[in-house]
Amino acid sequence: MASMRDIKRRKSSISSTQQITKAMKLVSTVKLQKTKTRAENAKPYFDEMYAVITSVLAKSGNIDHPYLKSGSSEKKAVIVVTSNRGLAGGYNSNVVKLITAGELEKNKLEIYAIGKKGREALEKKGYEIKEDYSSVINSPLYQDAKEISAKVLEEFTDGKIGEIYLAYTSFKNTVVHIPKLLKLLPVEIDLSKVSREEALTPMNYEMEEEEALEIIIPKYVTSIIYGALIEAVASENGARMQAMDSATSNAEEMIDKLSLQYNRARQGSITQELTEIIAGAQAVD
Amino acid sequence: MADRNYFDLKIISPDRIFYEGKAWMVELTTSEGQIGIYKKHVPLTAMIEPGEIRISEEEGVKVAAIHAGFLEVLPEKITVLAEVVEWPEEIDIHRAEEAKIRAERRIATKDPNINLHRAEIALRRALTRIDVAQKK
Repeated sequence: MASMRDIKRRKSSISSTQQITKAMKLVSTVKLQKTKTRAENAKPYFDEMYAVITSVLAKSGNIDHPYLKSGSSEKKAVIVVTSNRGLAGGYNSNVVKLITAGELEKNKLEIYAIGKKGREALEKKGYEIKEDYSSVINSPLYQDAKEISAKVLEEFTDGKIGEIYLAYTSFKNTVVHIPKLLKLLPVEIDLSKVSREEALTPMNYEMEEEEALEIIIPKYVTSIIYGALIEAVASENGARMQAMDSATSNAEEMIDKLSLQYNRARQGSITQELTEIIAGAQAVD
Repeated sequence: MADRNYFDLKIISPDRIFYEGKAWMVELTTSEGQIGIYKKHVPLTAMIEPGEIRISEEEGVKVAAIHAGFLEVLPEKITVLAEVVEWPEEIDIHRAEEAKIRAERRIATKDPNINLHRAEIALRRALTRIDVAQKK
């Protein structure tokens, strides 16, 4: 059995860890509230964008545009959104797993990393890191999403990459975050949900349809990337909050267990001392 | 006027729902020129150019600065997806003035390394901001 001093030392170390996890939980709770509202505010724009792009594509059925079909290159770009900081439970590793355990072939991938943790993990596994935008994840702006999407779209139109994917954690609610792998380009939209009537309503464009797609699709890609960044930040804080919450309650449990052990050890030593005194007294008699 | 026909207008930016309400006319600048839209307009999708957007609603006219995006017009509903849109009171006029001077200098240098197109857009953006801010 461990000595009383050892148990005491262990207990105090755990309780100081608990203080840290408790503080981190509080911090991420506050951050979660903020990022959650941001994610919710960004949703209508994205939904509307999706509705517009669906209706545009539904109405222009047989349009032939480079953005709508895979490029000739075998290379695929993946934008990986993770966090810059750890201690968020499985948050980062779940996103990394999407890529390592998925169907994507390693040597054909180019990684556009947003978030240091994901970059480090993929780098270690030998993936090619093409670009690193880790600094934007702290407070993502629409401008950042625009830059990233401009960069990948340029590679796509230059024929350097054939497909573009996006791996991020979608924010369902405070406790549910789902790692997702989305195909950004070529645009694949489920047109079966569009009603016939809607598809038949004629739409006028100020410019040619092809030209309109040329402008709308990059905006659509940007809005998905922006939405993903914002949801990922909310998910990160949610995941950290949960991880820290369970760490705090685990620490509580360990402290309880150690207190019991400590009390037992203390009682043991008192009993032993008493037995020794009594034995000594009897020996004198 | 009793014969005003109101339609639903929604202006959304990536950060918020900027405006949602009923209006009887909306005016803005598209890639083909300035347009004013009433109810029952023919369905239209158009790109927005930097400029002011004027929303005529029951209580009067609201003006805002809009910089990029596109709009979808349906007979009963108009949706504007704006990348950047600001009310006059949100505009920092000093910053806009500075941006204007910067953009003008960039255009004036005629340096081949400078993206003239981007500088022109920046200048138009600054001018729009200054213009709208003065209508406060």
